[in-house]
Amino acid sequence: MLELRNITKRFGDVLANDQVNITVAPGTIHAIVGENGAGKSTAMRIAYGFYTADSGEILIDGTVCPIATPHDAIARGVGMVHQHFMLVGPMTVAENIVLGAEPGSALALDRAKASADIRRLSDEFKLAVDPDAIVDTLSVGQQQRVELLKALYRRARLLILDEPTAVLTPREVEEFFAILRSMRTQGKTVVIITHKLSEVLAISDEVTVMRDGRSVRRLQTKDTNAAELAHLMVGREVLLRVDKPEATVGTTKLSVRNLLVKGPGAIARLDRVSFDVRAGEIVGIAGVEGNGQTELIEALAGLTPPSQLSGEVRLDGQDITRLGARIRRELGVAHIPEDRHRRGLLLEFDLAENSILGVHYRKPAVAYAGGIFLDNPAIRRHAAGIIDAFDVRPANPDLSARALSGGNQQKLIVGREFDLRPTLLLVSQPTRGVDIGAIEFIHRKLIALRDSGCAVLLVSAELEEVTSLSDRVLVIHAGRIVGEVDPTIATVEQIGLLMTRGH
Amino acid sequence: MKLLRELMFPLIAVLAAFVLGAIMVLIVGDSPIQTYALLFSSALSWPDGIGYTLFYATPLIFTGLAVLVAFRGGLLNIGAEGQLYVAAFATAWTAIVFANLTAWVLLPLCFLAAIVAGGVWGAIPGLLKARFGSHEVINTIMLNFVAVALVSYLTQYHYKAPGDPIMETTTIGAGAHIARLGRFIPGFPERIPLNLTFVFALLACLLVYLFLWRTTWGYEIRATGSNPSAAEYGGISIRRQMVLAMAVSGALAGMVGVNEVLGYRYRYYDGFSANYGFTGIAVALLGRNHPVGVLLAALLFGMMIRGGIFVDAFTNHVSKDLVDVLQGIVILFVAAEAMFRGPFAQYGLLKRSKV
Amino acid sequence: MRDVFTAPLVMSTLRLATPLVLAALGGLFSERAGVINIALEGTMLAGAFTAAAVTYASGSPWVGLLAGMGAGVLIAAIHALACIRYKADQVVSGTAINILMFGVPGFLSGAFFLSSGSTPQLPKEQLIPYTPMVMAGLLVPLTWYVLYRTPFGLRLRSVGENPAAADAAGVGVAAIRYTGVLLSGVLAGIGGAYLSIGQSSLFTRNMTAGRGFIALAALIFGKWRPVQTMLACLLFGFTEAVSIQMQGVVKLPSGEDIPVQFVQMVPYLLTIIVLAGFIGHSRPPHALGIPYQKG
Repeated sequence: MLELRNITKRFGDVLANDQVNITVAPGTIHAIVGENGAGKSTAMRIAYGFYTADSGEILIDGTVCPIATPHDAIARGVGMVHQHFMLVGPMTVAENIVLGAEPGSALALDRAKASADIRRLSDEFKLAVDPDAIVDTLSVGQQQRVELLKALYRRARLLILDEPTAVLTPREVEEFFAILRSMRTQGKTVVIITHKLSEVLAISDEVTVMRDGRSVRRLQTKDTNAAELAHLMVGREVLLRVDKPEATVGTTKLSVRNLLVKGPGAIARLDRVSFDVRAGEIVGIAGVEGNGQTELIEALAGLTPPSQLSGEVRLDGQDITRLGARIRRELGVAHIPEDRHRRGLLLEFDLAENSILGVHYRKPAVAYAGGIFLDNPAIRRHAAGIIDAFDVRPANPDLSARALSGGNQQKLIVGREFDLRPTLLLVSQPTRGVDIGAIEFIHRKLIALRDSGCAVLLVSAELEEVTSLSDRVLVIHAGRIVGEVDPTIATVEQIGLLMTRGH
Repeated sequence: MKLLRELMFPLIAVLAAFVLGAIMVLIVGDSPIQTYALLFSSALSWPDGIGYTLFYATPLIFTGLAVLVAFRGGLLNIGAEGQLYVAAFATAWTAIVFANLTAWVLLPLCFLAAIVAGGVWGAIPGLLKARFGSHEVINTIMLNFVAVALVSYLTQYHYKAPGDPIMETTTIGAGAHIARLGRFIPGFPERIPLNLTFVFALLACLLVYLFLWRTTWGYEIRATGSNPSAAEYGGISIRRQMVLAMAVSGALAGMVGVNEVLGYRYRYYDGFSANYGFTGIAVALLGRNHPVGVLLAALLFGMMIRGGIFVDAFTNHVSKDLVDVLQGIVILFVAAEAMFRGPFAQYGLLKRSKV
Repeated sequence: MRDVFTAPLVMSTLRLATPLVLAALGGLFSERAGVINIALEGTMLAGAFTAAAVTYASGSPWVGLLAGMGAGVLIAAIHALACIRYKADQVVSGTAINILMFGVPGFLSGAFFLSSGSTPQLPKEQLIPYTPMVMAGLLVPLTWYVLYRTPFGLRLRSVGENPAAADAAGVGVAAIRYTGVLLSGVLAGIGGAYLSIGQSSLFTRNMTAGRGFIALAALIFGKWRPVQTMLACLLFGFTEAVSIQMQGVVKLPSGEDIPVQFVQMVPYLLTIIVLAGFIGHSRPPHALGIPYQKG
């Protein structure tokens, strides 16, 4: 039905797809599985015409098709449901479904026909969607069915579903799978992108595993098992070994009790999480991205509005649950954010100015405590110190942060946060998009900080990074801590299973 | 090199506007060369040309700075027009009510009145945005009209000299007069209304620079404008910055009232502003949202206003409206910067963060 | 009090609301497509001047009206090009157009009519005092129909709310936005033309006097919906009519006139209040003001 041949796609410096080959047989449910950033979505967006491949071919029904826009894909019978729904919230279900393919004439939209067609389709696939409801009032699960109807209405024979279950409750997942099976019975072909192994095993006929932008293996689902898939997915060769001395653990620094963070729609993104981090240890959070790690770190850093929180966070016994980011910094909490462009840097500002973000109102940024005049010479010395200690290149404090490579931007942030002399460091994806040399450097610095008695909470999507750096590993799944493992004993496969199945 | 690059683009925009203006002049049947020669020679003659050019540039420096400060904080202040009206009336009111005070007390009081009135009027849309998330652009536009109506009411019903057919207040106390520069410069006649406010405007450029780039408050405003998420991460309250940036912006716009009332007419005159607030947007954009750029752009626009009057009088067909036309085209070109840079450079001075 | 609310007042309200309705509906097409249009003021001025000048030259108000629409489209095209093609800040582009159009009519009238910003007086038989009123009245249901009952309207609304979704559904975002902005030019052009060759008999300097902004306020007050927007225009037209009629007629208990300025403030204050969410929240189209960038 669909075949991708040697698809390569590059975004700037990042090679998102590297000679990807995927073959989807007609009338099957085909899973594409891999870690975040493995290139699954990119490959499928290329198949749908959202991106254009740098090289490679797309074949539909055995013939090469140039697919440049979603319009082309739709015309060939390909439909896609994006991870983030492409719906117009204030409009009705029917309006969303017919948009771009409206029945009736240019002068009059045939609303009766639209409603009737949708009802018929909805019944045929047992979707139970009311065409006249406003999309914003629907549950996420219902919205997803609207997306399915959109594709079906356009007579899609092949449906690509990008992480369709990420937003669903377990019950909704069951219902959703029933729908997919009924679609298969009706002769449709389904491609489902996921990183949850349990789902692959439950729903798919065939599976393609992707890793680091490449398609690794194509398997019949009945011939494989979770352990093999987990190994193929996360078990790459170990590139880095971190040598670290035994941790000298001190008193409890951070104590989290029943921390709950509500997301949009009052869904708990982080669900009553409890754990401690002690001085002198690195506690790693392992988990597939999007399972509550971001919410956890932001809540601990004081960046979540108190109205969305419940539970308790204590630092050295002091309740800091409702304190803002500034006060937490003053109490010794440093934070290396997961997305350096969104949170960590002022890209238009120079390195000197970036080096004082968060401490811009106190020494050495100002000459006198409580003063409002910036002490430029002192700021430049401060920046130069960080640049020197953390080997930021080029070593020019006047350069704008935008001018640095990802690795050097990250070193600047790490340097800035280390310079706070923190007693608790929250660090998220410390080496994402960073070159090998900088990775090793940052890892050594993190170990050194631990050995100086700082408590470190580490989140990383790189399982290997978590296991090699951490003294203890907590596994997070669907907003809950589902287990604690000893990284010196547990295998990658064991942790991988916990991460993807939640038990 | 960097400076050259910064100057390059505004120069192209101005040049392009003048070329288009020349074509229009040609179409209506006058000589562009003569028109432009007249425009610049009358704007640069000594003492009247230069005196009036600087006088017209003074309010534009203030409104340009006002727009700049808001812009650096990620906000677009279209309300300088309303802020300067409220401030002008407030300073006139102070100078009328406390007319008997000695100059040493009255003048600072009048300054304060202008700054506070402008600042408060500016802070309102900042507050509305911080509190309710309503867009500052719409609110500043609406508040412009409210301001105009409000001061017009006060003038007409409470502070007009009985029998005066003109919509203006009674005159202010002599203690509140700001000295004209003619008093200090030999050969520079005192009839030219250029006054010490111009010096304050230059000072304001310096102060705004120091405020934005040398204080923690300025750092917080710029950080919020540059990347609100990162500012939040750095422990900065972005809501507070919205209010602060708009208040400072309004206070700067308010200084226009000082120039107008204390330095020029010695009374509040209804409808005095020749779109200073809106032209301030052009000045700020053309000046690349930097105080030095604002100063240069304001001087250019001051020249155009001054020269425009002569063009109006001494050409057959070209009216002073040419100045508005040129200004409009300049902003359009500056706004559509991508037009000159090709489709690949879409970030730049117009990148405004959405808070 | 009773003798104020008379047939003349109703007529006066309708007369004053007509340009507002036309311009506000224009703004609706642009803003529902996601392009902020604070250039309505300038667009109306262009329409007003062109209509008066062309009517004077041709002797026919119909030719004048058509020319006024054409001028509106031209101005809107500049705005559309800047905002859609070159991704300019939509507010800045609109401000530029307002400043430009503050000057252009004066510039041209100075050249062609040797006046300082006005066109020559037109005879009574070259005026169209009623047609634009009827057009405004008919355009409200028509706009409603186009917006909610045609494929184009559906696409227009989707592009203003979620252009990425529209794009994914195969809708050409840019094309729809261009159409929306150009339509706003047509309507604001008619609204402007009505001022110069309908309500009065010549173009005078800055004759819109903020009506473009009041139309914008009405659009917000009417929550970007055609019928509500018309009602807002009628309300604003009514306040203006009252303020004109009231002068010297209605007195405060103290014997003073009710200051006309307070009546003038009403539309603007109401808009601020509505925008803040005090009287039912007015939610702008979600993608309003954001250039569409694919990916």
